[in-house]
Amino acid sequence: MEDRATITLTVNGLTQTRAVDARLLLSDFLRHDLGLTGTHVGCEHGVCGACTILLDGRSARSCLTLAIQADGATIETVEGLGRMGDLGRVQQAFRDHHGLQCGFCTPGFLMTITDMLRHHPLETDDQIREALSGNICRCTGYQHIVDAVRELARARGPLT
Amino acid sequence: MKPARFDYVRAESIAHAVEALAGAGGDGKVLAGGQSLMPMMNFRLVKPSVLVDINRIPDLDRITLEAGTLRLGALVRHRMTAEDVLVARHIPVLHAAMKHVAHLTVRNRGTFCGSVCHADPAAEMPMMTLLLDGTIHIASPRGTRTMPARDFLIGSLATALEPDEMVTAVDLAIPADGTGWAFEEFSRRHGDYALAAVAVLMERRDGRARNVRIAMMGIADTALRLSDVEAALEGREGTAEAFDEVVARLKASLAPNSDLNASADYRRHLAGALARRALADAWDRAREAHMEPA
Repeated sequence: MEDRATITLTVNGLTQTRAVDARLLLSDFLRHDLGLTGTHVGCEHGVCGACTILLDGRSARSCLTLAIQADGATIETVEGLGRMGDLGRVQQAFRDHHGLQCGFCTPGFLMTITDMLRHHPLETDDQIREALSGNICRCTGYQHIVDAVRELARARGPLT
Repeated sequence: MKPARFDYVRAESIAHAVEALAGAGGDGKVLAGGQSLMPMMNFRLVKPSVLVDINRIPDLDRITLEAGTLRLGALVRHRMTAEDVLVARHIPVLHAAMKHVAHLTVRNRGTFCGSVCHADPAAEMPMMTLLLDGTIHIASPRGTRTMPARDFLIGSLATALEPDEMVTAVDLAIPADGTGWAFEEFSRRHGDYALAAVAVLMERRDGRARNVRIAMMGIADTALRLSDVEAALEGREGTAEAFDEVVARLKASLAPNSDLNASADYRRHLAGALARRALADAWDRAREAHMEPA
């Protein structure tokens, strides 16, 4: 018998209750059970960063998290950042600076950067690059992503 | 589904967790940060019958100052260790090492104790635990016990932990005031596993190196304390000649493996170069801390 449980969690502000297998990854739960396919699945072992989401306000690899662990948690995914015609500020900065080409890695970058802007100083390009180093992009060469984050960090100002 | 089937237990206490491990018939696993365990489960390299999630156990996410030690509970995440003021003040070499640990998102989840239990030969936590004469706190249904880190870490991904035991905390010995320190690491990409790393602690009394501690990783099946090299420097003046001599001894004592990333010769050279730099830096910092008249 598969070990199953009912979980209740908040995803992008909406409360969701579902029965899940214990071994279901949060990444697959978001994509298959909730239809939130904006969270991308690349390596599925925590290296590429494409599946990054926010778990209780901090970035986490959804491929290294079980859905059952998120029972009671607050999850934010790329769908919560904005929508077509009403982009969030991180999405808009990526558009302005051409911070993507194919777009596969982009949701993970956007969520990591959301964590960075909330919690990290980002005073220098070195700090920005270090904070981005867990997300892999094979198109851009990163420069335009760094440009986008630099603009966002300056607009934000110092952390209080 | 990526992982194989398992029974999931959300432990409410340490007693609950170790009872669940004891009931797993020898192949239960503790889930803390999951940043090493979950990849292995996704690959089905590890297929526990029971997964014991300790993330909801209260009070394990604390860093506390005990008599002469810092105690890191089983749910202290890498980010907490990196940002903790007690760590920065009392064990600056650990504060420095944390800058090399993985990436922002992994640091949000991964735990100090979990990394020690995973015992990767190229991870920082086992090495720092050895350097700081760590003591491992272990619980099981049979009670609690403690074990020195050097007995706990027995090989690549191997520890002395029994199947019904979990680590509840690690104690790290706070170095004496004025102890010089250094941490050096080289990896191909920032935050990646190290090709080699070295950490050094050294006191300076009467112009001589005392209580020398040297730990390395990436150069053997497990992180190592280099007791012979420590002894060779003990009581000597921190001169370039002395450091060159002990580094030559260190390189001669290493038998690293060749792999995809580096040949054995390259690793030995790298270990020597990092150690030479770290010894000099630790000596300089020790002198500054004592502020001895010139």
